[in-house]
Amino acid sequence: MLPGSNHNTPSGPPRTPAGKEATLWLRARLVQAVRRFFAEKGYLEVYTPHLIPAPAPELHIDAIKAGGAYLHTSPELCMKRLLSAGYPKIFQICPAFRQGERGTRHLPEFMLLEWYRVGMDYTGLMDECEEMILYVSDQVDRGEKLEYRGKTIHLQRPWHRITVAEAFDRYADMAAEKALASGTFDEIMVDRIEPFLGVPKPTFLYDYPASLGALARLKAGNPEVAERFELYIGGLEIANAFSELKNLREQKTRFQAEREKRRQLGKAVYPMPEKFLKDLQHMPQSAGIALGVDRLIMIFADAPSIDDVVSFTPEEL
Amino acid sequence: MYNASDLRKGLKIQIDDEPYVIIDFQFSKPGKGQALYRCKLKNMITGAIVDRTYRSVDTFEAANLEERRMQYLYNQDDHFFFMDLENYEQTSLNEDQVGDSKNYLIDNLEVEMLLFDDRPIGITLPNFVDLLVIKADPWVKGDSVSGDSKPVTLETGYTLRVPPFIEEGTKITVDTRTGEYVTRVKS
Repeated sequence: MLPGSNHNTPSGPPRTPAGKEATLWLRARLVQAVRRFFAEKGYLEVYTPHLIPAPAPELHIDAIKAGGAYLHTSPELCMKRLLSAGYPKIFQICPAFRQGERGTRHLPEFMLLEWYRVGMDYTGLMDECEEMILYVSDQVDRGEKLEYRGKTIHLQRPWHRITVAEAFDRYADMAAEKALASGTFDEIMVDRIEPFLGVPKPTFLYDYPASLGALARLKAGNPEVAERFELYIGGLEIANAFSELKNLREQKTRFQAEREKRRQLGKAVYPMPEKFLKDLQHMPQSAGIALGVDRLIMIFADAPSIDDVVSFTPEEL
Repeated sequence: MYNASDLRKGLKIQIDDEPYVIIDFQFSKPGKGQALYRCKLKNMITGAIVDRTYRSVDTFEAANLEERRMQYLYNQDDHFFFMDLENYEQTSLNEDQVGDSKNYLIDNLEVEMLLFDDRPIGITLPNFVDLLVIKADPWVKGDSVSGDSKPVTLETGYTLRVPPFIEEGTKITVDTRTGEYVTRVKS
């Protein structure tokens, strides 16, 4: 059995569209609850184009080419341009597309929930995450306790918060910088840290090494780390958030660095998102988050695979 | 040539000049991190199983495998001889390579021979093979101990359980994937 593999766990919901009725209802109710939450909080629901000329240049995120442009890998760039244009509280629920991502927790087309808020930092988003998921749980008739893959998840606030440095020290007995330098950061994260996060309470893993947050602001007083967090529930990575970087020169330098790394690896190098950079100068201090809706549904449906919570997988098309 | 993103269960690749089949595959990718492709691989010659983790920059050679239709001829000194039905050339496998398939090898049986770099490494049998029962105890009516089946021996030496009405000299169809009795062959 491979680490993290869950092929031998009791079967989850059945995997034919016809057998997924309960899960698809749960999916619909959950998405509706998310919309209600943000509407009640005064967020503006937006739709930004999914077909874009220049995706954010990030080393490990590959965009799918479509008709001379790209399918967006996230609505991030357009949503930040809306912040710059004077929309201070916005959210979007949309599909996002990433080349080559397919596994029990990945689909090349998946559903993202992103929200952005002016005047907030990443700690404010952690609070809002707790609030939103508790609201949703209540709306789909679950309380403050969930069962996921035989583990009990307690949603009572406050949730657990641990820095990346502490997590590496505690679970892997190793310094995060050392793992990063030796190129084993991702492997250690997947094998030795992630499985322990988000049980029995959801966990915010925060303060990532600066090099791992291409669009995140560096922490005031500690430029070694970026103000970025990931939310984990039951070992599953659910969301990624930043205090947004608004320094134009810094953002440009980081994009160029990511593009150069992509070039060296022989990956496609995307055009510079010039209009985004131009608008960035006017972006107020804000924070933003991307949450994997399918993964959140997996938690509520107690589903072992992302395949269980979508109507069709790519292989069934 | 394959890229890491081509890896999937069932894919056959070449590692250190030997053919491997991926028997378990898992894709993982921590947020914003690099993709990790975890594979459990089975060596198609030795049967040894190894775990490997690949990254998106890794590339792989396809295993140079070919299937050819061959006819089983005979066995001698733990070697099983086959004849290529196109060019009539003979080739052989040892007992380990044949494995449980020897339970179903009767003269003239047609099989798919798997070759790696032109070397024979194993066979795939038809799903169903008809075999002669050479030894069967008569069924004693009311024998409740043995239930509704009894053991018989086939012409290949293979023994299995069959319904009580099967007698010596009868031909039966066996499922080579499960090793189980399917039906009596009408003569």
